Amino acid sequence: MRFSPYDTGGYYDELFQPDGCPRSHARLLVDTIEGLSDGQLLRYQHAADRLLLQMGITFNVYGDTAGTERIFPFDLIPRIIPAAEWTRIERGLRQRIHALNEFIDDIYHDQKILKDGVIPAEVILSAASFRPQCQGLNPPRRIWCHITGTDLVRHGDGQYYVLEDNLRVPSGVSYVLENREVLKHIFPQVFEGLKVRPVNEYPSRLLEMLESIAPRGVDPTVVVLTPGMYNSAYFEHSFLAQQMGVQLVEGHDLTVSGNDVFMRTTKGLERVDVIYRRIDDDFLDPQAFRPDSLLGVPGLMEAYKAGHVALANSPGNGVADDKVIYAYVPDMIRYYEGEDPILPNVPTYLCWRDADRRHVIENLETLVVKSANESGGYGMLVGPHSSQKQREDFAASIQANPRNFIAQPTLALSRVPTLIDDHFEGRHVDLRPYILYGKDIYVLPGGLTRVALRRGSLVVNSSQGGGSKDTWALASEFPS
Amino acid sequence: MTATRPLLSRVANSLYWMARYIERAENVARFIAVNLHLMLDLPSYEEKQWQPIIDTTGDADLFEEKYEESTQETVIEFLTIDSSNSNSIFSCIRSARENARSVREIISSEMWEQVNELYLLVRDSRNLTTDALPRYFHEIRMACDQFQGVTDSTMTHNEAWQFIGLGRTLERADKTTRLLDVKYYILLPSISDVGTPYDEIQWSAVLKSVSGFEMYRKRYGRISPARLVDFLIFDNEFPRAVRYSVGRADRSLHFITGNPAGTFSCPSEQRLGMLKSELDYARVDATLASGLHEFLDGLQGKMNRIDDCLLQDFFLQPATAAGAAG
Repeated sequence: MRFSPYDTGGYYDELFQPDGCPRSHARLLVDTIEGLSDGQLLRYQHAADRLLLQMGITFNVYGDTAGTERIFPFDLIPRIIPAAEWTRIERGLRQRIHALNEFIDDIYHDQKILKDGVIPAEVILSAASFRPQCQGLNPPRRIWCHITGTDLVRHGDGQYYVLEDNLRVPSGVSYVLENREVLKHIFPQVFEGLKVRPVNEYPSRLLEMLESIAPRGVDPTVVVLTPGMYNSAYFEHSFLAQQMGVQLVEGHDLTVSGNDVFMRTTKGLERVDVIYRRIDDDFLDPQAFRPDSLLGVPGLMEAYKAGHVALANSPGNGVADDKVIYAYVPDMIRYYEGEDPILPNVPTYLCWRDADRRHVIENLETLVVKSANESGGYGMLVGPHSSQKQREDFAASIQANPRNFIAQPTLALSRVPTLIDDHFEGRHVDLRPYILYGKDIYVLPGGLTRVALRRGSLVVNSSQGGGSKDTWALASEFPS
Repeated sequence: MTATRPLLSRVANSLYWMARYIERAENVARFIAVNLHLMLDLPSYEEKQWQPIIDTTGDADLFEEKYEESTQETVIEFLTIDSSNSNSIFSCIRSARENARSVREIISSEMWEQVNELYLLVRDSRNLTTDALPRYFHEIRMACDQFQGVTDSTMTHNEAWQFIGLGRTLERADKTTRLLDVKYYILLPSISDVGTPYDEIQWSAVLKSVSGFEMYRKRYGRISPARLVDFLIFDNEFPRAVRYSVGRADRSLHFITGNPAGTFSCPSEQRLGMLKSELDYARVDATLASGLHEFLDGLQGKMNRIDDCLLQDFFLQPATAAGAAG
C-alpha cells in the first residue's frame, strides 16, 4: 500500500521529511508497508479493531447513556522516536520529575521557594489543588509523585515542549502495552530490523515501585483502588491489577480501624499496606475531603498520616499540576536542581497578571486558553477554531476569574501518517511518556501517542475524538 | 508469600452471580429450544403450549402485565430479548458480563472474552425469524457451555473458582427442579394420561432440555415418570441432576471454608449439608407418594435460604474491624 502522494502539509511530520521522503528511522517501516498488497493493511486495521472490541478494551464516555463503552480508536501506523531524541526526552523528564517532587515536598514543609521569592505565595495558596491537610506530611521516601504521565508536544520548529505534567492520576498506560501487543503481530519483521525498546516491563516496575514505599518491609500487600466499573479508565485499573497480580478494590471493600486499613474478604479482614489509588484527592476520604464522596474510604487520610499505609500518588501532589503553577516549573528546575531545563515549557500567559490578561483577551483567536484545573480537553478554547460567541464567553469568564485561566500560543503539533478510510493522511499527535518514581526514576520507553483523528483537529483526548498509536523509542540509531 | 491470596467479599459475590446468570441464560435457551422442537411433534389441532415455559421461570406475573397472551412470539420475545425482564437471556448475559467486568483481573482473559462475545451475540440479536431460532438457541447454549469449559481449563481451581462452581451448581439444581415441577404438575394433572404417546413425547422433551435423553436411555431404557424423576433428582452421576449439583455445591463450599466434608462452621454450610443428606437418603417412590410438587417446592425454598445464608456468611462483611487479624 503506497504512501505517495503523501503531503506533510507544512507541518513537522514524525515519519516523513518535508520533501516527502521518509526520515531515515522510518524507512524500513515505510518500505514494509509499501510492500503490503492493497487491502492487507486495511484488513489488519479491521482485525485490530475487532480484536479490541472482542477483548472488551473499551472506555466509558461520561454523559453518554446510549452506548456507555467505546473502543479507544487505534491507528496501526506507529510513531518512531530516534534513539538520540529519546535519550534527551528521558533525561529531561527525570530532571523535571525530580524538581517537581522537591517542590511539592517544599510546599508542604518549609516553603523555601516562596520565601526566596521565586514563586509568589498567593499563586500557591489560591490553587484549588493545594491541600492544607497535607501540610507537614512525610510520605515514604519523601516521594509525592510516584506515577506521572507528562504530556509533550513537538512544535513546527522540531523541538519538544512540555504541555502538562499530569501528576495526579494519569491514565493511558494500558493502551501503550496493548497497542504494542497488536503491532508485534502485524510488523514482526520491522521490530527485528529496528531496535525498538520494549515496554512490557512496566507492570513489574510499577509493582516494584509500589512495594518500595510500603511502611512495613516484609511481603507488603499492594492494592489498586478504583472508583468502579463505570469510571472511564476502569479497563486500565483492572488491567494493571491483573498484570501486577494484586487485588483491585473499590472504596467499600476497604475499612479503617485503629489507623490500619483492611480489605473485606470472604475470610474476614486483611491488612493493606500500599494503595495505588486511581481516585482523585477530593473523593479519597469523605472525612478529610469531600464529605459527600461515596467512592472513598472514611479514615484513610488518618491512617496515611499515621504512616500505616502508603498512597500512590500522594494526596496533595496536584498542587504542582495546576496550570498556573506549571508556568513556574522551569524556575523550579533552576531553583532545586541548579540546572537549566532540558525540556522547555510552552510559553504561557497567566491571566492574573494584568499585562498578560490584556494580551490574552486581545489575541484570543490565535491562542489556546485553558482553565487551571480542568483536564481531558474540557474547559478549553482553541482560538483559531473558535467562534466569535465562544471567544466572548471565554473573555467574560477570564475577566470574572483571572486566576483560573492561562493561555498559550496555538502550537503547530507535529503529525504522523494515519490510515483514513483507504489512504494515509497526516494527523496531529502528542506524546505522553510515563514516569515511575520509587527507589529511582524510571521512564517507560516511548509512551502513549495520542492522535487527533478529526482532520485539522488539535485535540487528542479520547473523550474528544482522539485515538492512539504505538510509540517506538529506538535503542540505537538506525543507519541511514 | 502467604499460601493463598484472600478473596474480596465483593469479588466472591460477583463471581457467584456471574456463574448463576450464565447458567440461567443457558437454561432458558434450553427450555425454549426444546419447546420449539416439541411443538413440531404435536398434532396441529392441539393448542401450542408456551405458558408452561413462562411458569418455569417464575416470572408469570411480569409476563401477564406486559403481554396479552402466551404465544410462541410473545414468550420468545419475553424470554430472549426483553430487557425489562431481568431473567431474559439478554438480561442474564448482560448481568453476567457486568459481574465479569467487575472482576476481570480475577478471571482469565479467555473467560472475559468468552462472556464478552456472548454479550455481543445477544446484544445484536433482534427480529429473530422462526427459521433462525433453533440455530440461535443452539449458539447460545454452546457459548454458555464453552464459558464453562474455558472457566474450568483456564482458571486456577482456587477459592474464586469454587465460588463460580457454587453459583453454577446451585442455579442448575434450582432450574432442574423448576423444569420438572412444571412438566409434572401442570402438564400432567391426572395419572390417567400416563403412558400415552403424547406423554412420552413430553417426557422426552424434558430429558432433552437438560441434555439427559441419551444418558437416561443408557441407564433406564424405557421412559417412565418415576424413573425419570429418580434420574433428574436423585442421580449422583448425571451433571444436571439435582442431587449431583447439590453434592458439587457442597464440595465447593467445603473447599472454600476449609472444613472437612460432613462438618460445618456457618449456616450456609450447615443448610447445604442438610439438603445434600436429604437427597442422598431419599427414595423416589416415597417422594412421589407424598407429592412431587410439594417436594420440589420444598427444595426450592431450601436453596433460596442457602442463597440468603451465603450472602450473610461470605458476601457481606462487618463494617468494623472487630476481630480482625492484626
